[in-house]
Amino acid sequence: MTETASRRGRPALVKEPLPLEKALLVRMHDLMVEARVLEERLIQMYRQGHGYFWIGGPGEEAFNVALGLLMRKGQGLDFDYLHPHYRQSGTMMALGEDPIGALRQMKNAASDPYSGGRNFAGHFTKWEWNIVPVNSPIEVQYVMAPGTALAQKRHGGEGITIVTGGDAGTAEGDFASCLVWSSRPGSELPILIIVTHNQWGISTPASTQQGPKSIADRGKAFGMKTRTIDGNDAIGSYLALQEIIGYVRKERKPFLLEANVSRLYGHSSASGANFVNAEQDCIAVLESKLEAHGVLAREEMDAVRARWTEEIAAKARSVRDEPLPEASDIWKHVYREPR
Amino acid sequence: MANMAQAIRMALHYAEENLGVTDVFGEDVGPPLGGVFTATQGLKTAWNSPLDERGIIGCAIGLALAGQRPVAEIQFCDYIFNTIDLLKIAGNTHWASNGDWNVPMVVRTPVGSGIRGSLYHSHSFDATMTHIPGWKVVMPSTPLDAYGLLLSACQDLNPVMVLEPKALLRLKGEEPIPGEPGDDRALSKMIDAPLGDRSKWKPQWPALEPYTVPIGKAKRVREGTDLTVVTYGRTLPLSVKAADALVAEGVSTEVIDLRSIWPYDWEMLRESIRKTGRVLYVNEDTEVTNFGEHLVRRTVEELFYELLAPPRLLAGKFVPGIGLADPLEMASVPQQGDITEAIRGLAREKP
Repeated sequence: MTETASRRGRPALVKEPLPLEKALLVRMHDLMVEARVLEERLIQMYRQGHGYFWIGGPGEEAFNVALGLLMRKGQGLDFDYLHPHYRQSGTMMALGEDPIGALRQMKNAASDPYSGGRNFAGHFTKWEWNIVPVNSPIEVQYVMAPGTALAQKRHGGEGITIVTGGDAGTAEGDFASCLVWSSRPGSELPILIIVTHNQWGISTPASTQQGPKSIADRGKAFGMKTRTIDGNDAIGSYLALQEIIGYVRKERKPFLLEANVSRLYGHSSASGANFVNAEQDCIAVLESKLEAHGVLAREEMDAVRARWTEEIAAKARSVRDEPLPEASDIWKHVYREPR
Repeated sequence: MANMAQAIRMALHYAEENLGVTDVFGEDVGPPLGGVFTATQGLKTAWNSPLDERGIIGCAIGLALAGQRPVAEIQFCDYIFNTIDLLKIAGNTHWASNGDWNVPMVVRTPVGSGIRGSLYHSHSFDATMTHIPGWKVVMPSTPLDAYGLLLSACQDLNPVMVLEPKALLRLKGEEPIPGEPGDDRALSKMIDAPLGDRSKWKPQWPALEPYTVPIGKAKRVREGTDLTVVTYGRTLPLSVKAADALVAEGVSTEVIDLRSIWPYDWEMLRESIRKTGRVLYVNEDTEVTNFGEHLVRRTVEELFYELLAPPRLLAGKFVPGIGLADPLEMASVPQQGDITEAIRGLAREKP
């Protein structure tokens, strides 16, 4: 309703305040736009022949930015481990990652900080922040995450493990493994199991493949707390994640969270990477709220987008002529050698 | 002398006390059983996992990523096949992340025939495992080598697969594990869990000493001049026996225990093959796209003009399984008679 209203014209100013501080709202908006502009630039690079394949996270910015803002960033057991999937650019931006890394990976340049030109776009990794490498198989992160969570359970403290994946991947056995290993009686793990539900597995509607009314319900059989939220609502996602992450941190127990999100440019470049009008755009949802509550004016929000567009375009230009890896680089990093 | 199962147990004890091993885990690995082959009895970090091989390998990867030192067990390698894409990930994580992460984990799994295991307790895994880059793959054939290779594996910065020949797990060694008591019964009393109620039992570990077998080094177990046999695991002692028996026929056989399948000791193989001019590779995995075929190819490509006969491979038959009945198992994987015949034939072959 509000979204439509905001597109038609200026909505009337709403008096009651939003439940988050203005500075935080402005920051969330800025990061969401940064992530969106980055993804749109990656798609453009693909279209212009500056990369072979695009896959990423437009449509998940509201949820993913909130997640990144709430994570405890650092290396080792006292910090949060993230086992991400390939739609996580919003989280990386929220953690403070320079978008040039994603551009370099798209270009498969030798300078690609995540894989040295070896892997697809959106396949982030960052050891110094406990960001485990994204793998293309859509389920394997669910079966590895209990390992980092087990180490953290033993270690104590407040570091937790967060694993994310899509709804289609929950049909794989690894998702069931994650539920089993996270909830062994007496050995429950400090793990937040997240499913961003976009209703699709490439071209196949979830409704034709999965019986459960809600994926979150599957956690109930394992005695874990669960919730389904609107992942397109940045403010609601932030508040829910704040509470849920707090629970996992303090109680050291598993939680299964399902966030309904949009998939705004389809599955990947393989399905065209065209904007999907029929799905809700989380940035438009937030912007209409910010405008209605007088947090940011339309012009200010347009300026945010213009600034990111210019900045990321400049970064993309600077990456364009960076060298590709050498043929001999295939032999690098087959094994870790003692230092 | 300790048998191989005891040697593995002592190595893991040494590793959890001295090398930072944090988790020895898998199905029935913790108390009360301590492993279906008793290899993990009494270990302080041993724990039982759900019956979920993908969960076991996935958890080991996660533990390794979190700076732990896991030693995971897959109860029989026959059940490791549904984890292959995870093994690939363990092997490619360092490379895929351009050196950002490494995965220092050990997986142990019993392999091969010899216990009348029928279709799902007789598989080999060396052929499949050597198709997965980024791993190191070892296979001991003596208790001391099992001890030494495990100590190396537990210090490696990369994933290491330890294939344990189940036919040899109960065989006593000829060389002592450094620190084990001289008397077998005394050792058994100290570290073997009693039958019946074990809830109050605690092992008394001997004062074990470090001993490592470097990964990548083979062992010449028998000197000879007419031909070279290169093998590992169950077929190693059979090859030695075959070689001994053929002395009477005037055949002098050199036998090399490869021990480390990847990376492997090409230097030792090359030197031996140059000396004898004849080589027979023996293992019991199925013979099509077998690791021995790689060794044959390398031998042909690098040593062709120094050979007196074509390199040969004796391996398991390319059939869907190993049948339970004695004649089926005997016909499916190399036995001592097959090795003897293969050596005899190769020794007589003239250019």
